[in-house]
Amino acid sequence: MISYVLRRLIQFVPTIFGVTLIVFFLLNVLPGNAAMMAGGKNRIPPAAQKLMIKKWGLDQPVYARYFKYIKGLCTADLGTSFISGERVTDVLAPRLWPTFKLAVIALAIACVTGIPLGFYSALRQGTAMDTVTMIGAVSGVSMPQFWLGLLLMYFFSVYLKILPTVGYGNGDPKFIILPAITLGVGYMALLARTTRAAVVETLSQDYIRTARSKGISDLLINRRHVLRNTLTIILTSAGLQFGSLLGGTVVVETLFSWPGLGTMMVNSIYYRDTPITQGCVMIIIVGFLVINLLVDLSYALIDPRIKYQ
Amino acid sequence: MQPAKTVLNIDSLFTEFNTIDGTARAVNDVTFDVKRGEILGIVGESGSGKSVTALSIMRLIRPPGSIRRGRIEFFGRDLMGLSGDEMKDVRGNRISMIFQEPMTSLHPLFTIGLQISEMYIKHMGLSKKEAWEHAIEMLEKVQIPSPEKRVKDYPHQMSGGMRQRVMIAMALSCNPELLIADEPTTALDVTIQAQVIDLMWQLEKEYSTAIMMITHDLGVIAEIAQRVIVMYAGEIVEEAEVNQLFEQPKHPYTRALLEAIPKLGRRTRMGRKPLQEIKGIVPGLYNLPAGCNFYPRCPEARPDCRLSDISLIDLGIRGRVRCPYYQGAKA
Repeated sequence: MISYVLRRLIQFVPTIFGVTLIVFFLLNVLPGNAAMMAGGKNRIPPAAQKLMIKKWGLDQPVYARYFKYIKGLCTADLGTSFISGERVTDVLAPRLWPTFKLAVIALAIACVTGIPLGFYSALRQGTAMDTVTMIGAVSGVSMPQFWLGLLLMYFFSVYLKILPTVGYGNGDPKFIILPAITLGVGYMALLARTTRAAVVETLSQDYIRTARSKGISDLLINRRHVLRNTLTIILTSAGLQFGSLLGGTVVVETLFSWPGLGTMMVNSIYYRDTPITQGCVMIIIVGFLVINLLVDLSYALIDPRIKYQ
Repeated sequence: MQPAKTVLNIDSLFTEFNTIDGTARAVNDVTFDVKRGEILGIVGESGSGKSVTALSIMRLIRPPGSIRRGRIEFFGRDLMGLSGDEMKDVRGNRISMIFQEPMTSLHPLFTIGLQISEMYIKHMGLSKKEAWEHAIEMLEKVQIPSPEKRVKDYPHQMSGGMRQRVMIAMALSCNPELLIADEPTTALDVTIQAQVIDLMWQLEKEYSTAIMMITHDLGVIAEIAQRVIVMYAGEIVEEAEVNQLFEQPKHPYTRALLEAIPKLGRRTRMGRKPLQEIKGIVPGLYNLPAGCNFYPRCPEARPDCRLSDISLIDLGIRGRVRCPYYQGAKA
């Protein structure tokens, strides 16, 4: 078990390098550079731009910059922001918690609504209720977050005036409700569909027929025999799709002016502050990898046939 | 036949499956009974309605299937009239079932101990701990070595034969009056088959449980059944005592089945001869032929066999047969 975890952690390394490589070169392809964007609306004189480019090392060829970046990475140095001059780790650290909080609450909302909905739908397979739920789920998956967010904002903040529109509100829980729902809905819909498919499949299994032949109650059959088996399937898809949830934070945070990694990332791309962009991507990638490792480990808790060595 | 001796009495059972292709009459007007302490064999090819009959008795037919008509009397009480909860008290407790696939019929994620315990907890109201003790005892009864260790095993840690023993242990745990065994040995190796058959035979003696043995294997039937029902395309085509069935099969289908069995030693005596297969295939349940269902494959068919439906002829102690020309039997 421990050696399995170690092996998986070692496998993180090539993954992370691969991702940094792609991100680094993609950012390099972007037109313009930090010096051009640094002044905002006021154009910085070309002479000053030249100085900044030299100072930030942007005059060096891309591979040289990449190796320098990797060298820094090996010593846990994510570089320095072009714009503020602060270390990337210092810039991103206060942004971690808001994003983490948002993602976890969105995930929780999605799980406590999506899984029961899918389960319910599967048990009433073919009824009107099932159809309505699944139409809702498809709509949830296809609804763009910026549109859903605006609708929610309009309804709850402008029309009902019960929730704040945007901002962090210094951690006031009222402020997280709308962004979390906006972020969670797509994920919830996805979980509902996955759960439904998994439950429908499990219900047709021979061992469920055996359980029925034993005379035990439907509640026990569903809660124990069906749920346990569907958990592995739900976990797999939940883990894989967690990346898209993290990706969604970019849109949702920007929409709600949420001071997390997502807004930071968008701004840094706008200013071509590439060390910051790479830092954000790095954190999201590591988060995704860790979540998937945890998912894989939890299989062993659910399914006795799975042993890690 | 005294009513007290009858465990199960099925009267004019019709079970259908409604699909977009039409209605499949999987069980078509089936009537028979099971007596106390008896092993009744039900034989037929795949799709003959054996398993659907069994699931109908348990009232475990799932949509799109449904029991259209008929009475399923268990000790004189019609199971069709029971509520869902009342039926759950019968299932597993008084009628239990063993399924064909020991590989897939046990839940892969729970220990066999828990799966057997569930029976005691539901039907006898035992605590988890007491139920667990009983589960160990039951495993011992079905001759699983070191049961106190194996009880913690998961199904994947056991062989097919062991799992089928676990199924038997589970089915017999609440000492049911009727055990329905649906192809219990089909998925097992021949040597394991013999062990499982022996075990069931012993337990039947010990518990005096009536057993409905559903199989397509006439060897199994010859080994343990006392009375045999032959099914074809959802109907009973013949019923007889086991010796009579093997010595004087009446229905042409039964005869064909018996001739299709390979016999040990025949090749050395008479050289390699092709086995007597039954020509053709089982008719689709969606479009049964007019008249006798076996007509298209019957070697003894006559033109008038397809004119009208053939009814089951009661021959008293000689059983029942669905063929008006059974007396012209070559046997």
